[in-house]
Amino acid sequence: MGLEPSGEVYLPDSVSTAVKVLVLGPFAVGKSTFVGTLSEIPPLHTEETMTRTGAVADDPHGITEKTTTTVALDFGRRTLSDRVVLYMFGTPGQRRFLSLWEDLAHGSLGALVLADVARIEESFDVMSVLEDRGLPYAVAINDFSSVEMPPREELREAFDLLPGVPLVSCDARDRQSTAQAMISLVEYLLTPSPGQSQESA
Amino acid sequence: MSPPRRRDREALVRPYLITGGRAHPSGRALDLTALVRTERDTGYVELGPEHGRVLRLCSGGALSIAEIAAHLELPASVTRVIVSDLVDQGRLSTLSTEWDRHGPDRELLQEVLDGLRTLR
Ligand SMILES: Nc1nc2c(ncn2[C@@H]2O[C@H](COP(=O)(O)OP(=O)(O)O)[C@@H](O)[C@H]2O)c(=O)[nH]1
Ligand SMILES: [Mg+2]
Repeated sequence: MGLEPSGEVYLPDSVSTAVKVLVLGPFAVGKSTFVGTLSEIPPLHTEETMTRTGAVADDPHGITEKTTTTVALDFGRRTLSDRVVLYMFGTPGQRRFLSLWEDLAHGSLGALVLADVARIEESFDVMSVLEDRGLPYAVAINDFSSVEMPPREELREAFDLLPGVPLVSCDARDRQSTAQAMISLVEYLLTPSPGQSQESA
Repeated sequence: MSPPRRRDREALVRPYLITGGRAHPSGRALDLTALVRTERDTGYVELGPEHGRVLRLCSGGALSIAEIAAHLELPASVTRVIVSDLVDQGRLSTLSTEWDRHGPDRELLQEVLDGLRTLR
């Protein structure tokens, strides 16, 4: 990309609402690929500062240390209507990056959790943290074709998915497939869940 | 007797509290998806070379904080501070999408869904 971006680098003037979705999952599961496939601009990168204070392991006096790390984020953008633009942030889903994606999660519609069928357990951490935080998510199993895809019910059970949580298979390199994964998430968000009030109190 | 374990969440300090990333009037740091526009085309009071680069980039049209950071290869935290300075000077404005704890309204979600469906 040149130093002086022009043309479609900028958003249409009519756009007034940005929505965001997180794309989470373990290393090399296809997060960057997914974001790049759906993005209307070449995927971009930036660095976010992540600060963590943690108790020094098992220190009885409660001494804490503070560490600051920068984490690279990749993201893409897709204008969805005259008024609405979607930003997708791909970020490492491990617990040690929790403070980063917790901050990113603020104001997010939800998350897509990518999983590799050959190592689904590497996505479990992300799912439980999302549940703790109450951020809705859908699971997209990236089909790397290395392992035969188990039957859907077995997969739902292995992931221990709550009823209604979408589970889709997805090729992160394919536009229709990534769009469909995103659609599943938004359809889920539009489904009234039991006990959830329709009125804002 | 050992003190109760501090839960993980309480050990987390949001990045902007530490980096000094300037807060928005709302009290929160500018979101990465806050949309930034040029507000008026008056003469520029020199604040620093980075401020000038941000102003020049933004003069072409609307961009998010994340995009400004990426195009100018600045850390997001630095970009927030620069944009906030320029908002204070009345040269840029920001538009953040905020919703209450009930989340986005159905109308917005439906618009997102309709837009995604055209991509299939
Ligand atoms: N077969 C197949 N390969 C994929 C798919 N998604 C990503 N890849 C490849 O897997 C590698 C890692 O993908 P990447 O997007 O960098 O993963 P990240 O670490 O999660 O961002 C790359 O070489 C991709 O080309 C997929 O859906 N199917
Ligand atoms: Mg990546």
